[in-house]
Amino acid sequence: MKINYLSPEFEVVRNEDRCIKCLLCVKQCANGVYTYDETKQTIVIDETNCVNCQRCVALCPTRALKVRKNDCGLRENGNWSENTIREIFKQAGSGGILLSSMGNPEKYPVYWDKILINASQVTNPSIDPLREPMETRVFLGKKPPSMVRKEDGSIDCSLPPQLKLDVPVMFAAMSYGSVSYNVHKSLAKAAQALGTYYNSGEGGLHEDFYCYGENTVVQVASGRFGVHKNYLEAGAAIEIKMGQGAKPGIGGHLPGVKVGPDVSRTRMIPEGTDAISPAPHHDIYSIEDLRQLVISLKEATGYQKPIIVKVAAVHNIAAIASGIARSGADIIAIDGFRGGTGAAPTRIRDNVGIPIELALASVDRQLRDEGIRTNVSLIAGGSIRSSADVIKAIALGADACYIGTAALIALGCHLCRSCQKGKCNWGIATQVPELVERLDPEVGYQRLVNLITAWKREIKEMMGGMGINSIEALRGNRLMLRGVGLTQKELDILGIKHAGE
Amino acid sequence: MSKLEGQIRIPSGCAISAVISKTGEKMTGEKIIESMIPMHERSNGLGGGFAGYGIYPEYKDFFALHIFFRDALSRRECEEYLKDKVEIVKQESIHVRKTPGIKDAPLIRRYFVAPMPCALAASQLDENEYIMRIVIQINTDIAGAYVFSSGKNMGIFKAVGYPEDVGRFYRLDEYEAYCWTAHGRYPTNTPGWWGGAHPFGLLDYSIVHNGEISSYDANRRFIEMFGYRCTLQTDTEVITYIADFLLRKQKLTLQEMASVIAAPFWSEIERKTDAEKEVLAYFRTVYSSLLVTGPFSIILGFTGGLMALNDRLKLRSMVTAEKGDKVLIASEEAAIRAMEPDAENIAYPAGGEPVIVRLKEGAY
Amino acid sequence: MMNTINASGADSTEINQRLSQEDGEFFIEGCLGQRFLGAGMGGGKHIRISGIPGNALGAYLNGAEIETQGNAQDAVGDTMNAGRIIIHGNVGDTAGYAMRGGKIFIRGNAGYRTGVHMKEYQRHIPVIVIGGRAGSFLGEYQAGGLIIVLGLNEDEKPIVGGFPCTGMYGGKVFLRGDARHVSFPPQVTLRPAEQGDIDEISGHLNDYCRVFGLDSSWILASPFTVITPNSKNPYKQMYVTN
Repeated sequence: MKINYLSPEFEVVRNEDRCIKCLLCVKQCANGVYTYDETKQTIVIDETNCVNCQRCVALCPTRALKVRKNDCGLRENGNWSENTIREIFKQAGSGGILLSSMGNPEKYPVYWDKILINASQVTNPSIDPLREPMETRVFLGKKPPSMVRKEDGSIDCSLPPQLKLDVPVMFAAMSYGSVSYNVHKSLAKAAQALGTYYNSGEGGLHEDFYCYGENTVVQVASGRFGVHKNYLEAGAAIEIKMGQGAKPGIGGHLPGVKVGPDVSRTRMIPEGTDAISPAPHHDIYSIEDLRQLVISLKEATGYQKPIIVKVAAVHNIAAIASGIARSGADIIAIDGFRGGTGAAPTRIRDNVGIPIELALASVDRQLRDEGIRTNVSLIAGGSIRSSADVIKAIALGADACYIGTAALIALGCHLCRSCQKGKCNWGIATQVPELVERLDPEVGYQRLVNLITAWKREIKEMMGGMGINSIEALRGNRLMLRGVGLTQKELDILGIKHAGE
Repeated sequence: MSKLEGQIRIPSGCAISAVISKTGEKMTGEKIIESMIPMHERSNGLGGGFAGYGIYPEYKDFFALHIFFRDALSRRECEEYLKDKVEIVKQESIHVRKTPGIKDAPLIRRYFVAPMPCALAASQLDENEYIMRIVIQINTDIAGAYVFSSGKNMGIFKAVGYPEDVGRFYRLDEYEAYCWTAHGRYPTNTPGWWGGAHPFGLLDYSIVHNGEISSYDANRRFIEMFGYRCTLQTDTEVITYIADFLLRKQKLTLQEMASVIAAPFWSEIERKTDAEKEVLAYFRTVYSSLLVTGPFSIILGFTGGLMALNDRLKLRSMVTAEKGDKVLIASEEAAIRAMEPDAENIAYPAGGEPVIVRLKEGAY
Repeated sequence: MMNTINASGADSTEINQRLSQEDGEFFIEGCLGQRFLGAGMGGGKHIRISGIPGNALGAYLNGAEIETQGNAQDAVGDTMNAGRIIIHGNVGDTAGYAMRGGKIFIRGNAGYRTGVHMKEYQRHIPVIVIGGRAGSFLGEYQAGGLIIVLGLNEDEKPIVGGFPCTGMYGGKVFLRGDARHVSFPPQVTLRPAEQGDIDEISGHLNDYCRVFGLDSSWILASPFTVITPNSKNPYKQMYVTN
């Protein structure tokens, strides 16, 4: 008999007194944790495949279920954590690369949580956002170096293409394939209602969503899935994906099982084949090649769309960003190492890249030192969790933020980090029709609108507290931030003072 | 030792006042000093100053550098530096009057200079940019030396003390100007450094300012991309550089500059005509990092005129009036009445609405 | 009517603007490094080029036909969707990167990474025919379409460089001859072409020969080697869920 080295990670506790045997849990769990034994008329539980997504708990009408960490753990060891040992068991049993999803869960410093925001007292007034105007609109894109007057003395108001955001939060790239149709529909509708943008991700744009084009960023990744002239023209902007915070330096791989008829049509690849995005763009091996891709996209779209270049935050990010700012790109999106993913090798996700806070601070400083900050706008992503993170990112120097994980949580994601299995019980990271149906895009869209509307209110409250009534006066305004518990080196990189200074 | 401006950011409240004769009629500094007396309570004795325009007619083609020196050593180092860069046609101590309440005066000297022609040609700069870089260089790199006035036919006079004492100390009653601006300062700690007093000047722009802006670091980090160095970390300094950048380098008009730093709200822009909308949206897109938020009232002096401007929410007070060919502006009406008891057309400019006064053609 | 565009002193954008104004026959003369010519352009245009067009010639091409009298540089037909690009000389690296449809006919040699990540979808089947030899990494990550290398050179050099078909998971590569000296990765299978395979490419080869004035009969009669991937999910076994 084959020995199973791994005990289940979670334990399902069912309260026999409360259970009414409605069998909803049996129907809801796509991982097959629950089965109904007809002969014994009991619910049989096997936690082997339980991912603790809490779907059964949330839907149980009598609150009879509880999922908790299995306390049948290994002997405690300060060096060999239980996780480490489990991973070795998995690899020894399979010979496979460990594959994980969602953002880096390891305990690295979260600098957002070590930065505090200022407020006005006496020397200048705070502003009440409920009564006074409070502006959160931003324009992303290249700004001209100097104003030009026409012959009659009036100002030539023509500008390179800009993205207009009513709130400085955009939905980050999540491809159709990695997430479901209903997720895309929710994001698209919400972006439209909020006056912001969602991002098609690298899997093409479903024909049903071309109507949201004015609020869509279409992505061009190394796989070039679904990229054609109409696609490039469909969006308000084009994003070149050079890298992703969760997996810098490596490509993407959508397994063939997720490539059903609809995904196949959108990505323009045959059903059932893997969709592989090579690690690099094979037409970009050097910075001058990036310029070639940027300009080729502009030529193909008549210079009407801003081009975003998305890069993962890596050690040399400031120099990289400086190169991008001179490449003709209009916007740089930086994705920190805690950014989410539908699937990434565990070791890469957990060990490669740097925090967005440090990357953003260095990039903004570098671009200003070189006097080219107006060449590009900056979008920061890679675990923006709240409106406070947004405020801090903007004060460090971002023009806007990308949110991915936070948006998925709004749609019901419980961060069980099992997207790679394709059996998301919440209908998010799956292509299984019965599971996809569980996310009603009408509800999803409303929840996203609620989330961002709430954040916008909070952003205004915090801005008002600082005596700032327009978000552009917060951008790069690092005096509004103070560090707590940070070393001088960290403070220097962030360009902020310590609390009390 | 407490930190000086430049080493730390010091918020301060203030009083401001200005008078200008549209026909270019000369006025001694007496009246502008008097205007500061009723606003004594708005200052706390830690800084006062004045700017006068048209005061050096015999040297009007030369940049007048007013410099504070900590000691003879810093003076020697600075003069050594200047020697290679500019031709000095006259230099002297600025005459002062012993005044109770003004202490710890540094060496205060005045140099009338012109760029060294061959150095200017080699630099490929125009003379304004050339002098601006020299000023920034001295203020950044020569310890103990600080250029606090650098325009042509104008001068800034400032010190630690109450403004009325500062005015008497500098014998402003002996100068004649077609335009005066004044400032009394209420800083929130006590560095006691003369360079930190106001007005702040660069070339012939001078600014007096009241209020603590909330956009400071956003403005500073943007403007420093264009060669400016905010060594003092004061609001006035950054606003002066913004004015210089927008007016001199970007060639905006005063009205346009006001639409940048005190930009109308989007909701207001949407109510404008299409042509206005286009320009205002352009400014808010291109110069968004130069929007100044938080309370401010400023008076910008320049050759041949001045401009007064409030922040767009009008969080600071400002009053304007006229008397004959004179326009008077101050934080309080009392200051105006101290200069001209019978001033007329008292008005209260709206937030973000600039008051621009220019001398009549040929009047200066 | 033939529109002649003198490229000397003109930049890419100006030339592309001229090309987008109307459909028809164009002749761009004196081209010297102008990039992105014909980018994204649809059918109804036939663009002939003298001189050396710059990189990314015909990127995102959507139906137009482009013909160069001499060589072309890197990234010819990048992410091309439909149309035809005819190169009377050689091309640089990464010709046909990620192309999904249309044809690229190269009379001479092709550089590195030709047809990298080429893919097909339903009736969109991209075709690259190389008259001479191809550089290394030919058909890397190929997910669909046809790459045909004829090796018509007489210099005895190998028909293709190192590491062809690495990561290939769709489509077919045809090499004229037996490909004896070429080493392939384990994820692909080689076999001599059968009549059915030849039937699949004969139309393209006839077109190719017609364009360049070659005799197709002896080429079609030559032996060909067909390379196909073993699986459309080559990396399935590489991972374990964590």
